[in-house]
Amino acid sequence: MLDRVGAVMRKEVREFRRNRFVVGTMAVLPLVFLVTPLVTLFRIPDSASGAAVRSAVGTLSLLMLIVPIVIPPVIAAYSVVGERDQGTLEPVLTAPVRASELLLGKAAAAFVPSVTIAYLLYFATAISLRFGAAHSVSAVVWHTPQLLAQVLFTPLLALWAIWVGIGISTRAGDVRVAQQLATLASLPLLAFTSLISFQLIKPSVPLAIGLALALLAADIVAWRVVSQLFDRERLITGTRADHGRVLAPPLHRPS
Amino acid sequence: MGRPWFRRRSLGFGWRPVSWQGWAITLLAAALVIGVLALLHASPDRIPLVILIVAAYAVVALLTGGRHAEPATAASAPLPVEQPRPPAPTARRPRPTTSHSHPPALMVERLTKRFGERVAVADVSFDVAAGEVFGFLGPNGAGKTTTVRMLATLIAPTSGSAVVAGIPLQPENGIEIRERIAVMPENPGLYLRLTVTENLEFFAGLFGLPWAEERIARALAAVNLTGRANDLCGSLSKGLRQRVGLARALLSDPAIVFLDEPTSGLDPVASREVHELIDGLRDRRVTVFLTTHRLEEAERLCDRVAILNTSLRTIGRPDELRDRLFTKILVVRTAAPLAFPEQVFAVAGVESWRSDSRSTYMLTVTDPGTAAPVTRALVAAGADVLSIAEARHSLEDVYLELVDEDVEARQ
Repeated sequence: MLDRVGAVMRKEVREFRRNRFVVGTMAVLPLVFLVTPLVTLFRIPDSASGAAVRSAVGTLSLLMLIVPIVIPPVIAAYSVVGERDQGTLEPVLTAPVRASELLLGKAAAAFVPSVTIAYLLYFATAISLRFGAAHSVSAVVWHTPQLLAQVLFTPLLALWAIWVGIGISTRAGDVRVAQQLATLASLPLLAFTSLISFQLIKPSVPLAIGLALALLAADIVAWRVVSQLFDRERLITGTRADHGRVLAPPLHRPS
Repeated sequence: MGRPWFRRRSLGFGWRPVSWQGWAITLLAAALVIGVLALLHASPDRIPLVILIVAAYAVVALLTGGRHAEPATAASAPLPVEQPRPPAPTARRPRPTTSHSHPPALMVERLTKRFGERVAVADVSFDVAAGEVFGFLGPNGAGKTTTVRMLATLIAPTSGSAVVAGIPLQPENGIEIRERIAVMPENPGLYLRLTVTENLEFFAGLFGLPWAEERIARALAAVNLTGRANDLCGSLSKGLRQRVGLARALLSDPAIVFLDEPTSGLDPVASREVHELIDGLRDRRVTVFLTTHRLEEAERLCDRVAILNTSLRTIGRPDELRDRLFTKILVVRTAAPLAFPEQVFAVAGVESWRSDSRSTYMLTVTDPGTAAPVTRALVAAGADVLSIAEARHSLEDVYLELVDEDVEARQ
């Protein structure tokens, strides 16, 4: 199984490498959004109230958690419908690869750059705040539950957004529609991340791990569901497979 | 590539790592578990959580099972590569036939596909012998590609049955069938940003092929593309892309190769190259299922052809089809018109005759051997004979006859 997943992932990563705009532009948008909250955090004095600091850090961590939600749908939504558009899907579907293996490879390929960018942004920000911002800000940013939540939720949220994107990609008729829908479909996750970032759900280690496990379970279920949604016939012909068909018994002819 | 990362334990439960990737994953998973346990300062009231974590690890471990590496067998070992050779249509080897020891590569019975109310393929039945080059002809929209897609398990038949490379065409057999066949669609579907080798590596990985590098080298040599191995597919001409598609089809040493309009849109030189490659497949005794609407291509390459127009119109060797559909005709040309042709052509074996022009006569005969008595009769009548020849009908004539019949029937 891993051979095939690995083959799909390697192919996807090679394609990204040849088209660096795909990954490069993914990092630009979060950087632009991060500028304002970062400037705010650097300007907070040591004397600022705890509530003000928590609010500012909450905004930053919310944006940080949005990164793994908004980046991967662009890649994931392209993964199936894009292959269909460029005519490469049919040869792939004639190979002995299961839908679950193909999709896992594609998800992994979208996962790696998305999470890498999200982690790089987060740790670059956290380290710069550690040395450049007021101690009160640094203390909240480097608070263990906060760090743990960020580290655990980043890949899990990215995975969820990826499965939603791939699910849409298996059913959409056009790349642009798939990408728009996938971005929209990822938005409800913002509510969840907002609750944590603004500490309406008080972050703690057990809560972070519990929620992470729940997200992990949801991601595994999403993988299975999306694999079920993957209908070869629909992808090839645009019509749904006739699953109610009655096939005659296999041939047993006299030689 | 090709080596599994994990292998199922011969005793006990789960998988064990057998490569550095497997060990890396195992160590990473172990480090994660230890890290999380350390964070939790594990205590009795957190045992359910620990169990959950271990269960999650077990799920991941179960999902990471690789295929067993199988030693090469005589049957699975790649065939020696043969370079494409100039065509030799007159020296075609005898048509492969089915027997007890060599069951058909393809058995199709009453295969039907409907898309809603529209019938794309109706009640199609045929056999293809192992090693045969089988042509599947028909006009656009006749159902050729749909048939290939059904046999390649891409779409499900509405009814009917088939056995592909010895495996019944059933949804649960999809993977097994696809392991034994290769399909080259009309558009080869290459990743244009990847090199030729990278494209082939990807498909070798999808097929889980051992010795991928050697196979790729052999496949590229077979299609004369070794020198372009590191070129981006986007930089190749359409003909070269077709060749890459064919190399991809050869990678897994398939029992059956489905070629869907392989020369569509190619110039004559590129078409000839593809024909030579198909001849090469014939020499390697690979079963080839060739869909085309280029009749001269089918006539030159195929042992047998089937003509499809939603339903199967006819099937047989090209010369058989000609004989079946057209009466035998002798064309007699003389220097001057015959004075009494009805007397000259009153020869045993001549069923009827007509004159197409002043000195050309078309004789319907029971046997082409009737040419000899006809010649004698002409000489006896003092005619200056310019030529006596059997009228040749091409596969195109057969095809047009059948397709025209369908058009007339619809009208």
